[in-house]
Parts: sequence; C-alpha cells; structure tokens
Amino acid sequence: MNIPAELKYSNDHEWVKAEGNVATIGITEYAQGELGDIVFVDIDSDLAEITFGEVFGSIEAVKTVSDLLAPCNGKVMEINPEFEDNPEIINEDPYGKGWLIKVEMSDPSELDNLMDAEAYGKFIGQ
Amino acid sequence: MKLTKFNKVHHELNAKMVEFAGYEMPVQYHSIIAEHKAVRNSVGVFDVSHMGEVIIKGEKALNFVQKITTNDASKLTEGRVQYSAMCYKDGGIVDDLLVYKIADDEFMLVVNASNIEKDFAWMNENNEFGVELLNRSDEISLLAVQGPNSKATLDKLVDEPIDLEFYHYKRGKLAGFEMIISRTGYTGELGYELYFEGSEEDAEKLWKEIFEAGKEFDVQPAGLGARDSLRLEMGYCLYGNDVDKTTNPLEAGLGWITKLKKGAFNGSDVLQKIKEEGVKRKLVGMISEERAFPRHGYEISVDGKIIGRITSGTVSPMLGKPIAMGYVEKEYSAEGTKLNFLIRGKEIPATIVKPPFVKK
Repeated sequence: MNIPAELKYSNDHEWVKAEGNVATIGITEYAQGELGDIVFVDIDSDLAEITFGEVFGSIEAVKTVSDLLAPCNGKVMEINPEFEDNPEIINEDPYGKGWLIKVEMSDPSELDNLMDAEAYGKFIGQ
Repeated sequence: MKLTKFNKVHHELNAKMVEFAGYEMPVQYHSIIAEHKAVRNSVGVFDVSHMGEVIIKGEKALNFVQKITTNDASKLTEGRVQYSAMCYKDGGIVDDLLVYKIADDEFMLVVNASNIEKDFAWMNENNEFGVELLNRSDEISLLAVQGPNSKATLDKLVDEPIDLEFYHYKRGKLAGFEMIISRTGYTGELGYELYFEGSEEDAEKLWKEIFEAGKEFDVQPAGLGARDSLRLEMGYCLYGNDVDKTTNPLEAGLGWITKLKKGAFNGSDVLQKIKEEGVKRKLVGMISEERAFPRHGYEISVDGKIIGRITSGTVSPMLGKPIAMGYVEKEYSAEGTKLNFLIRGKEIPATIVKPPFVKK
C-alpha cells in the first residue's frame, strides 16, 4: 500500500499536500481500493469554500457512494478538470493525476491535526 | 462461512472477497467495469458454485414441479431448461429458478444461493407427491463461462464441438471431467454454465484448463460485481432486489413464465385474479441522460409525487449512462414516460424504456 511520507491524512481517507498555504486534496490509495471502480465525482463547479469536516462533494463508485469531507478550511482555487471525462484516473493515480481540489488555506497550521503517513498506515491496519 | 471449491483460486488471484449468502465469494478481481467489458467483448469466467441445486426424483416428479413452479414444465423434454419461479399461495415470489429436465421422473432445480434453505423447506412442505428431494448444493460446483468467445474457448476442451441451442443442455466430458454443459447464463451473451462434482483439485484443474484454452481471447475471471451489472444491462431480475415475497410475477414482468392455463399451481388462484383485475404497479426499465448513479431503494417521482422506487441501478458500463429497474404505479408505467430519480435530494430526469438496455 502506497502511503507517501510527505502527505497528511484525514480519518476519511483523504490526503492533503501542503505547499505554503495551498493545499491539494485527494483520496488515498486505500480509499480508491475500497471504493472500487469510480464512475464519477460530484463536486459543485461553483464551490467556493470548504469547511473542515463538512461535505464538499461525493464520489460515486460502482458499489457505493461516498461523501467527501473537507480535511481543512480554505477557499477553492481549482477543481481537477481531468476527472470529468476520466474518473478512472482516481483509481489509477490517486496521489498524482487523480487529485480532487486545490484550496487556499486560511490557517495552514490546522493540518497539524491530521495524521502523518505512519499514523495513517496504522489507522488502516498496515 | 462456506467456501466454494475455487476459493483458493480466487485468493491466489487477489480477488476482493465478500460474504454473500453465507459463502465467501469474489466480488471483483481487479475492476468490475473491466470484467464486465471482458464478458461483453470476449469471454469471462464466473464461479457461481454458491447457487443451489435440488434434485427431484420420482414417478410424480412432473406433478410436483408443476405444482410448485409457475412455468409449464410439461413442455420440457430431456435436455431442455426452463426459466421459472416458485410462488407462495398469495402469489408472492419464493424464488426464481431454472428447471432442468433430466428424465421423465427426474428434474434439477437451480435456485438462488441466498434462498437454498428456504426453498428446500418450501419444497418439502409442498411434497404431497412422495417425490424424493435431494439438496445437492454443497456437492455441485458451477462455473459460468460467458461471452462471444465462450464457445471457441470451451470447444478446445471437448471431443465434439458444443452444439447447443439456447436453454438446452447436455451431459459430457469437458477437460476430462463429467459434467452438465448448459447453454444458459445471466449475462445476455453467448455462454455456458458447467455443473460438475469433484474435489478442490479437480476444480482447480478445470479452472486452469479453461484459462489456458481462453488465453488467445484474453479470458478474464469475473466476480459478482460484474455479474450484477451484466444482468442489469439485460433487465434480468435479481431475487432480493427486483423480486421477493412482496412482489408477484405479473407485476415483475414475468407473465411470460406464468402459465395460468397449465392447471392449478401454488398461487395460481390469486395470480388469475390479479391478471383479471390488472396489476397496480409494474417493474420497468429506466434510463437517464444525466450524470447520476441510481441505486436500490431510491424513490421515483413525477410532478413531485412519489410514484415508485428503484430496485436495481447502476451506470451501464457499455452505455456510460445511468440505468435502473424499479416498480412504478401502473398509470406511470408506459414506455417513454418521463419521471425523476430522487438521488440524495436531487431530482434526476429519466425515461421509461423497455429492457434490455444493451441491445444484442
């Protein structure tokens, strides 16, 4: 199971990559494996802000639907345009081409509340 | 949890295993969508050994089958198979099943895994004909080899090419094993179901031989996930989703296997009355052009009024569109009717169409 060391992880199996006050958010390899084939991602194109712990969209996979819960607070800068036509990139490359959204964090220190790779590995029983 | 004879094979292939009807079964190997497409485009192999097989033997075997099933088993000749259903006295469905005529005094009924015990008890309860009832579900393994290249794959493993019409079967040797080779399936593709008895080693050898024979067609193992999406694209009912004890065969679109003229059978009085009075709701197929994922249990509305509920739904891997089956009130059941799926608080426009969703 790939759990990159440089990322932070939420209880809801999202990863956050911080670069300054910009956070890129996606779902983990474990999460995509549990979901199976992802058919589409539903994130409102007008989405302006995400609030920690609140739903900002959903992922529809063949077997189930899963809410996306914000792992931090921030203003939405970009929604990945790729998964509109190729949702399978989230299965294929969850930490790379399969990222979901980029946000500008109001307080990057909030990420200290998330798990590091080691803690997340234990969390999913690896 | 029960294991099929192929359990080790699934684990070796790294399948995602789930509990289904008391068995540990593969839901997918790598990707449900890829497995689905392999079956539509070439050939796939399903372990469906969890299905139940009950043998009916005795002088009055036909009388017994006629009483407990809705279709007309007197039309069967040796070597033929029939899709049928068992009903309660109130017309509700006990199970849907396949009826194999083995001999004048012998039939094999193939029932859903989740219903084996219930069905076997129901059969015993209805046995006023003194027939012998044998539940052979644990001994009989079942592989479904499905897809346009299924015949070319299996023909390599038999002495004479498999020459079977749809819903016909024969006994024969395949890869050296005695079995029933049946031209049936749950996918809508050319396909075969192989019933055989044997050890785990035999099962593994058979699996290996089929995959060796199908190599040139890139044969793929397929799990229960693909089995479900394949049957749904064809509009086939799944017991527990689309039909159950609260639904009758007439509203489920199974009038074609409900032969009210064959003589009395379980539920026939009630079904005759329903037929005369007309059904109140109908199981229909629905398709949407929106980006949405209809699922079992979601409501269906017209002009803000709830008129039904989805019983099965998916995004069709072949069409890339949301498809569903569900019961709607009769006045909203005509082909072409516009309605809405209520999905997580949103109304998603959809239209009633006549299955199959994927035309063959």
